[in-house]
Amino acid sequence: MDLPLIDFQPIWLSLQLAGVTVLILLVWATPLAWWLAHTRSRFRVVVEAVVALPLVLPPTVLGFYMLILLGPHGWVGGPVQALTGSALSFSFAGLVFASCIYSLPFVVQPLHSAFESVGKVPLETAQSLGASRLDAFFSVISPLARRGYLTAVVLGFAHTLGEFGVVLMVGGNIPGKTKVISIEIYDRVEVLEYTQAHILSAGLLLFSFLVLVMVYSINRRLPVQVT
Amino acid sequence: MKNLLEAKFRMNYPGFNLDVELNLPAKGVTVVFGPSGSGKTTLLRCLSGLERAPSGILKLADQVWQDEGIFIPIHQRKVGLVFQESRLFPHLSIQQNLLYGYQRTQSVERNLHLDEVVEVLGLAALLKRAPDKLSGGEKQRVAIGRALLTSPKLLLMDEPLASLDMQRKAEIIPFIKRIEDEFKTPIIYVTHSVDEVLQLVDTMVILQAGKVANFGPVQEVFSDVQLREVLGEEQLGAVLETSVAGHDEEFELTRLDFMGQTLNVPKQNIDVGQNLRVHIHSKDVSLSTAPPAGVTSVLNILQAKVAKIGTLGGYSVDIELDAGRPILATITRKSLANLNLKPGQPVYAHIKAIKMVH
Repeated sequence: MDLPLIDFQPIWLSLQLAGVTVLILLVWATPLAWWLAHTRSRFRVVVEAVVALPLVLPPTVLGFYMLILLGPHGWVGGPVQALTGSALSFSFAGLVFASCIYSLPFVVQPLHSAFESVGKVPLETAQSLGASRLDAFFSVISPLARRGYLTAVVLGFAHTLGEFGVVLMVGGNIPGKTKVISIEIYDRVEVLEYTQAHILSAGLLLFSFLVLVMVYSINRRLPVQVT
Repeated sequence: MKNLLEAKFRMNYPGFNLDVELNLPAKGVTVVFGPSGSGKTTLLRCLSGLERAPSGILKLADQVWQDEGIFIPIHQRKVGLVFQESRLFPHLSIQQNLLYGYQRTQSVERNLHLDEVVEVLGLAALLKRAPDKLSGGEKQRVAIGRALLTSPKLLLMDEPLASLDMQRKAEIIPFIKRIEDEFKTPIIYVTHSVDEVLQLVDTMVILQAGKVANFGPVQEVFSDVQLREVLGEEQLGAVLETSVAGHDEEFELTRLDFMGQTLNVPKQNIDVGQNLRVHIHSKDVSLSTAPPAGVTSVLNILQAKVAKIGTLGGYSVDIELDAGRPILATITRKSLANLNLKPGQPVYAHIKAIKMVH
């Protein structure tokens, strides 16, 4: 029997989306997680709750508000359309934006707890040795928090790869632009092409499983050591 | 250029206030001494810049670190910090730890280099190792070296020996003395250990409940009868500077000269003419108004005058004697009544034990 034809475009698009999302998240989740770990502000609980919202909200709710926000009349989509001529809804950039919100807790929370366990002492020590805050962050804090970074990257990546509801609402189903792997699976099932659905689903399942095994085993075996 | 450290801090926390004003010589070792909770660590955090006391003042020699509208952040202050825990960076080797601050010090400001510090602190064999492979004493020496390599204007040490056993302490104290001798870095040293005070310092500051209770040369501060509250019964006593006058080979004793009078101690391996600091606990001093009639087993009897009689209360009382330098004696209130002591009265101080400080 011939192997059924697999369309690789959705897979490639999913990987791109997850990669870009994680990169962006690392940049802006780091200061956010640092702030959460060290602030004494009373707004901390509010910010924590907002960050955790995507964990509990149905993706359709998030997707619905994203669609409005990113559309031609939305707070974000409107200005973008005025600048570039097209809104963010039903575009790859829109997917990235939505994913950054959707996957935020998966990146912020591991970083938050990593920064908490590193504590303030290494920062104060580095500063007393003449390092500015930024210098201390890169030379001392981030190496000591590297388990947190590994977990954040892997969870953020895997979670973005697996998102469905938000993507469907915000991105629609445009081949090559917004049709990611989870939507491709949905499409295959709809037209009763179970073989292709199986291959894609099993692939995603296996990938997610392997990634989690890797994270847990590395976390166990990665004591902070001299490099 | 005046060589002074001038500090004024006021911090209010729930249940604790720090209110400190200090003018210290910015050389040698100054100990900040006090019971736990007296504000020693808070004072050190203010001095280092880890904490910003509102409207505080901090000047070291000709530099202003904090004043109205001025606050130099810690990483620009050039202060070395050493804590009870070594706080070495676990992801860096010993050499990388040592060089962390050195590399962040401008080359024109570097007056200490790796080789010298490694030599003085005996770190050569450790350089390639990881911090978790070192003993507590070794880690502490590395931490001191790392702080020194930033060529600090001031070295702040917060109970640096508290987590070490006696042997390790004895191993590090000479290094701290050498820092003072060789690198001329002024050190402020926080501790609640009387032994460390006696071995290290010239000037001490006593903190109590967030306030400076006393400060000055160690001999003067230690003879303050008010110190009982801070030091406790066991440690209260005078610190005397003596010099070795001679050795008695037959009885294996060393004679110490103290302001023209003689003290005998078990034979010390110290040359004649060398100085020796001794600590005489007040509970080891008893008094008589007349010279001992006949023979006594007490070898060391000093002539002195009653200077001050401490606060009465309980069964005992602390008496400050003037023997050229102050000496403290703790006697019972009943003995005070029997002897009928008055300030100015000549007495004989019988000293039952003398502790040498090396």
